[in-house]
Amino acid sequence: MGKGARLGLVLALFVAAFGLVTYAVVAYVVPKPPVIDFAAGHSAGTPVDLHLQVVGSLGYGPHPTYVSYLTMNPSGKWVHTTRWDLPANTQVNVTIDQYDSGSPLRNQYFGGVTGTLGGKATLNGKSFTVLNANNGAGVGHTFTMPALGVSVPLWGVSSTAKNACNQAAPCPSSAAHEVVKFSFMTPGSQSVGHTYRWQCFVPCGLATVDGNGGPMQAIGYMGGFMTVEG
Amino acid sequence: MARRQSSSPDAVSNKTHTARLMGMWVPLMVVTELVFWFVLQPHIPPGRQSDSAQGQQFDITVLSMIATPVFELVIMYFIYSLLVWRHPKGAPLVDGPPIRSNMKIQTAWMVITSAMVFGAFVFGTYELVVPAGAGGGEGPNPIWKPSGKVLPVQVIAQQWRFTYRYPTLGGFETSQLVIPNHTEIAFHVTSLDVVHNFWAYQLGVKADANPQSDNVAYTHTNQVGRFTVRCAELCGIWHGAMYNYGHVVPRAQFSSWATSTKARLASNTKNLPPFSYAGYVPSANGAAGSFYSPQDKFGPLETYGAATPTS
Repeated sequence: MGKGARLGLVLALFVAAFGLVTYAVVAYVVPKPPVIDFAAGHSAGTPVDLHLQVVGSLGYGPHPTYVSYLTMNPSGKWVHTTRWDLPANTQVNVTIDQYDSGSPLRNQYFGGVTGTLGGKATLNGKSFTVLNANNGAGVGHTFTMPALGVSVPLWGVSSTAKNACNQAAPCPSSAAHEVVKFSFMTPGSQSVGHTYRWQCFVPCGLATVDGNGGPMQAIGYMGGFMTVEG
Repeated sequence: MARRQSSSPDAVSNKTHTARLMGMWVPLMVVTELVFWFVLQPHIPPGRQSDSAQGQQFDITVLSMIATPVFELVIMYFIYSLLVWRHPKGAPLVDGPPIRSNMKIQTAWMVITSAMVFGAFVFGTYELVVPAGAGGGEGPNPIWKPSGKVLPVQVIAQQWRFTYRYPTLGGFETSQLVIPNHTEIAFHVTSLDVVHNFWAYQLGVKADANPQSDNVAYTHTNQVGRFTVRCAELCGIWHGAMYNYGHVVPRAQFSSWATSTKARLASNTKNLPPFSYAGYVPSANGAAGSFYSPQDKFGPLETYGAATPTS
């Protein structure tokens, strides 16, 4: 083997080793939650049901105290993730079981329902367009997808509720919770492959500056992505 | 500054060199300046959608027209030197003539460059201070205010979205930024959490959004169309997604939009705190994400709308 070839081999091995180490470090530091595919096998024109729950603390993993969303996969199993693939131009029927407490909103603008079908949502079966977070238990979290204009406030569980969820996620339906339902349309086929971020707009990262650290800045907890599939 | 020895055998040809350089540089400079002014200027960002943008476009054009001839002269001299004074192939390698100072050239260089730098300084300072300049009339305590009617729009930044409040139109708050054409706008920029920056690119408006601060930026709209709003201060994980589009629309269309939006949002507007230009105290109303202690100087009921308006 010539000098040039040996040098090339050494360089190639170095690049490969560097790439592997970088990948391992990044994968360790930034673990990615799994993606739940609601687009596979989907029949055009039929709605997709997206069932989520919000828990006050996850109870396991590297951040057991983090507040978090969970997603029910098509098999009916709760998965700790906030990343979904959804079919284009499809009605998504969202059900969110809210197990966390609430408070006044930092910005009451997010007490309004926007971007949903009919411009409304239901709270425990009752239709609403606005929640006044200054009353009662207040708003615990929001489900907001800015690029689509979708935003829905999630009413908080009363702090005096006797059967508040006090176990590791997922919370059982027997625990005190609020059920919020709404529907929205995914973008059309021109948006296939596009990814839309969504997040909670209640600064609910306890013990972080302005409440916007921790779970608010960690994918898989209070924010995630929706990717539109064909 | 130096030149080749004037007593060398090249003395006559030095004048020729100078004449050649000037003969190339002056026409190029004239053409470039004309192209800059008449062809490039209308396309220089941020455009002409507002007087602020137009002012910035003018400033960039003028400063470019000052700098370009110097740049051209330096590059032209460099290329000329490489082509004319390079070592001839096969000629014996000998040292060049000694370099000596030339008072005339030194003086001319110092005077011309000083005049250009001082001129740029005066021009830049004046442009900062005149109305719509970034350094004189804007900020938390503007030292000048535009005359006539002004439409105030409060820009509320938070991690990670902008919302906009229209105090003179019922105080509704929306995620849409719509403003009328041919109107003086006063953006009152504030934040509900960390430092953000409201950058309405095509309007030429860029103002920091600081918590508990009312940062004022004026502009006068000149053209209908869309403009991009971005956060220009690294503010967290979704900083890159903190953008939206605003629209400058004809006045009649704006009135129609404002009326319908006010009605549509009425049920939530009544829940908003009273409008205020005063800064916001994070979580003083008991909202999640407490940062300041309840014992701070702000009362427990104080929120971003509860303090006395300052303007």
